[in-house]
Amino acid sequence: MLGEKIKKNYKSIVEKFEKKESALISLLYEIQKENNYISDGDISELSSLIDMPYSRIKSVLTFYTMFNQKKTGKYHIQVCRNLSCSMSGARNIINFIKENLKINEHEVSDDGLFSYTTVECLGACGSSPVVMINDTYYENMDEKKLRELIDKLRKE
Amino acid sequence: MKIILEKELFDIKTYITNGGYNAIKKALTMTPQSVIDEVKKSNLRGRGGAGFPTGLKWSFIPKDKSQKYVVCNSDESEPGTFKDREIIHKNPHSIIEGMIIAGYAIGATKGYIYIRGEFVREARIIEKTIYEAKESGYLGKNILNSGFDFDITVVRGAGAYICGEETALLESIEGKQGKPRIKPPFPATKGLFSSPTVINNVETLAAVPYIMIMGGEKYSRIGKEKSSGTKLFSVSGPVNKPGVYEIELGLSFKDFLENYLMGMKDGVKLKAVIVGGSSVPVITADEAMKVNLDYESLSQAGTMLGSGGMIIIGDNQCMVEALYILARFYHHESCGQCTPCREGTGWIYKLLSEILSGKCKEKDIDLLYEIAENMMGRTICPLADALSMPVMSFVKKFRNEFDKHIEGSCEICQR
Repeated sequence: MLGEKIKKNYKSIVEKFEKKESALISLLYEIQKENNYISDGDISELSSLIDMPYSRIKSVLTFYTMFNQKKTGKYHIQVCRNLSCSMSGARNIINFIKENLKINEHEVSDDGLFSYTTVECLGACGSSPVVMINDTYYENMDEKKLRELIDKLRKE
Repeated sequence: MKIILEKELFDIKTYITNGGYNAIKKALTMTPQSVIDEVKKSNLRGRGGAGFPTGLKWSFIPKDKSQKYVVCNSDESEPGTFKDREIIHKNPHSIIEGMIIAGYAIGATKGYIYIRGEFVREARIIEKTIYEAKESGYLGKNILNSGFDFDITVVRGAGAYICGEETALLESIEGKQGKPRIKPPFPATKGLFSSPTVINNVETLAAVPYIMIMGGEKYSRIGKEKSSGTKLFSVSGPVNKPGVYEIELGLSFKDFLENYLMGMKDGVKLKAVIVGGSSVPVITADEAMKVNLDYESLSQAGTMLGSGGMIIIGDNQCMVEALYILARFYHHESCGQCTPCREGTGWIYKLLSEILSGKCKEKDIDLLYEIAENMMGRTICPLADALSMPVMSFVKKFRNEFDKHIEGSCEICQR
């Protein structure tokens, strides 16, 4: 079910763009922000709201990796594992998350707080390894920094 | 010599105090054609990777009254590349001013900045920068009472490397899957919403205001004859000072490594360098020590300047594993519309995982090379080539490491 916010705001988002189609990615981001992930039901509702075929929206949704089709944790951790991050210890970061949060990739921790996925190049290779938690980059990461960060997020 | 990153000019006040927006004032007193000529004279080449002459690209736009677009490619996603992010952090107004000048030169009233989805903070910075420029009358209707209108819309990507390819980027702005278009028609005649469109990289556009102020001729004298100007290199890997450096083109790699990156980290020996982003052919340490960082010298050495995303590889990194990581990336990012790329990147990735775990025979290394050779130049966009080039160069130059994996005797992986 689409949230109240998007139902109220979708018009103003569409209006920011010259053509309605260009607003699609922005609208999907808004739905994800409100609902945590985007369900098939959300796509149907959006389809009638903006008068765009369901298949068109679904094709875009599934093409781009930043849209989640399954529930994620309150804090969704994306760990870069491309070459530069790999050379500077991405594997340790991934192992730390698995052991410490007791989750595998795409799983949500029992308390609903954390989930993680590996990603390819976040474009901050000079300060690798890099992880992204929700909208924020954390650079030059190591296990100690990540432990502190996770403890902090747990308390929030 | 630094131009774009000489000073931190984050807000509009500092930018203007340091001569910002004088370039658009100057451009507006010139004819659009003479603005294009000035950029041509500068010999500025596209900084996104392909190195196409910017002035020439602008001159392809038809000179009629139809709707045209300027698009800034800020989808920085090539592994090893993080220079545009630095420009957005330190000198965002130069990008906006460059776009306005490009718009004036080609007769466009609308611009788009396409920024990769992960750059949430950077997208906010750009929105703020556009707001400041509008408030001060540099963007919007009737800019500086010249009668010229120009506005910019920001579109965020959502995690697809392929959208850095210019026609895939246009598809994405049009709210579709980011799949590259067959060319021709080229964007200069049929681009965004089927209108003539110029697509330039962030770094290219950021250089434009400085070219307008100093004059194309003077800019062309910086660096080397066919590689004029400064270039940003983003460096990662086991060096003492990784980061973004703006240097005059033509500097020797040896000088760059020793005096800018402050050498290799203790105990690590240089083994290989990927000079211009993960898609360019790798060069060995010996080759790297002989090259200069400019388009010609690197092309003579069999590689490319590319995006300037330099990945330094030390002797503690297995080359088979490094290539495996790159293959996984390109396989994941292939949009899937061309068979040689969709199947080829997958096949290479599978072969490399098997070689890595010692499950292959020697002939599989030849097969790996052959697949890469067969993918090259046979697809709509260069993504297939972007994996072919690393595969062929890694196999050619580091064959012994592949052989060791077949024998099960790689010392690095066993550590």
